[in-house]
Amino acid sequence: MSIEEFDHHTPIPGTTLFDGEMAMKGYALNKMCYSFNGAAARQEYLNDPMAYYAKFKLNEAQIQACENKNVLEMIAAGGNIYYLAKFAGIFKLSVQDIGAQQTSVTTEEFKEKLLRQGD
Amino acid sequence: MARILGGITTSHIPAVGNAIANKMFDDPYWKPFFDAYPPIHEWLAKVKPDVVVNIYNDHGLGFFLDQMPTFAIGAAHEYHNEDEGWGLKPLPPFQGDARMSWHIIEGMVADEFDITSCQELAVDHGFTVPMQLFWPGLGDNPDIPRAIPISANTVQHPIPTLKRALDFGKSLGKAIRSYPDDIKVVVLGTGGLSHQLDGERAGFINREFDEMCMEKIVTDPESLTSISRHELVEKAGAQGTEFLMWMMMRGALTEKVNVLNQNYHIPISNTGAGTMLMECVD
Repeated sequence: MSIEEFDHHTPIPGTTLFDGEMAMKGYALNKMCYSFNGAAARQEYLNDPMAYYAKFKLNEAQIQACENKNVLEMIAAGGNIYYLAKFAGIFKLSVQDIGAQQTSVTTEEFKEKLLRQGD
Repeated sequence: MARILGGITTSHIPAVGNAIANKMFDDPYWKPFFDAYPPIHEWLAKVKPDVVVNIYNDHGLGFFLDQMPTFAIGAAHEYHNEDEGWGLKPLPPFQGDARMSWHIIEGMVADEFDITSCQELAVDHGFTVPMQLFWPGLGDNPDIPRAIPISANTVQHPIPTLKRALDFGKSLGKAIRSYPDDIKVVVLGTGGLSHQLDGERAGFINREFDEMCMEKIVTDPESLTSISRHELVEKAGAQGTEFLMWMMMRGALTEKVNVLNQNYHIPISNTGAGTMLMECVD
């Protein structure tokens, strides 16, 4: 396949391709989330979230998305789901909780939807 | 010379690690998934591989976006997991085979695959969950082989093409078979199948596409290389791109393989979970 044939940007509904554009946009947010691999960093964040955002130089949209614990806003601000999962982990949110939030249903309804796909 | 006995695929969902820790094997939710594994345990107990090449995708533990290798090969004497942000328990260290890692790296770079070599590599659930599934007890399991982790980038586009993944596997297979020691090797392709964690399409699963992939990867893996990366995201979901690991594994096997076991179950967590055991036919 030639490079010309590959359209990087044909939209897939409900899907943000995390590419170089997004990687640039979300670098600070993702770097902060990556730090949460360490327990000490998670505690430091919880002790003073605003100071921790400043340490990683998050922009206003990223800070607001984190404060709202809103995954779609975090993705729009450049967040990558693999790193965001570590942010979610601080608040003990499962991937079903996150899925429910993004699709505007309850966690139970989201789990039901997953089960139905097995029918 | 080293021999490749076969390849095994499995999903590597973090929730599986918890289910193993809590011994949920007979739980109604988990049983249809875990039932696929005893036949694989029996096969492994019979063939007793010396080395496992574990192909997975790091999810933001071993690598960050500052330096993101497309293909990375572990060359450490041992590998450790970490808590990944969720408080996961430390597992016993996994013994590596650094000498063989370097042989593979030498062979593949000579074959014009440009590899990132890692003398230290924290291994995440993509690597550890399959090890727990196939060698229960890990450090207490006397049959656990030495492990060589290989990670491909699916975190950030551009990700490798399906053709590149299959070709990677072919080159990997050549490198393994040229290793002078008389050892037995199995290759794991972990991750997938269809799932999407992010966006308004979260929860997307595609049985039809997964079943097609499970069939073609046995009979005609070359045909899968016509799937573009964009199409893969569309059909398999944003994280279904982990199917690349299956392609890498398949490339390392013989052209013809015997399927000794296979299972597909929806859902495990947010995922269509596929398990396959393919034996090489020399």
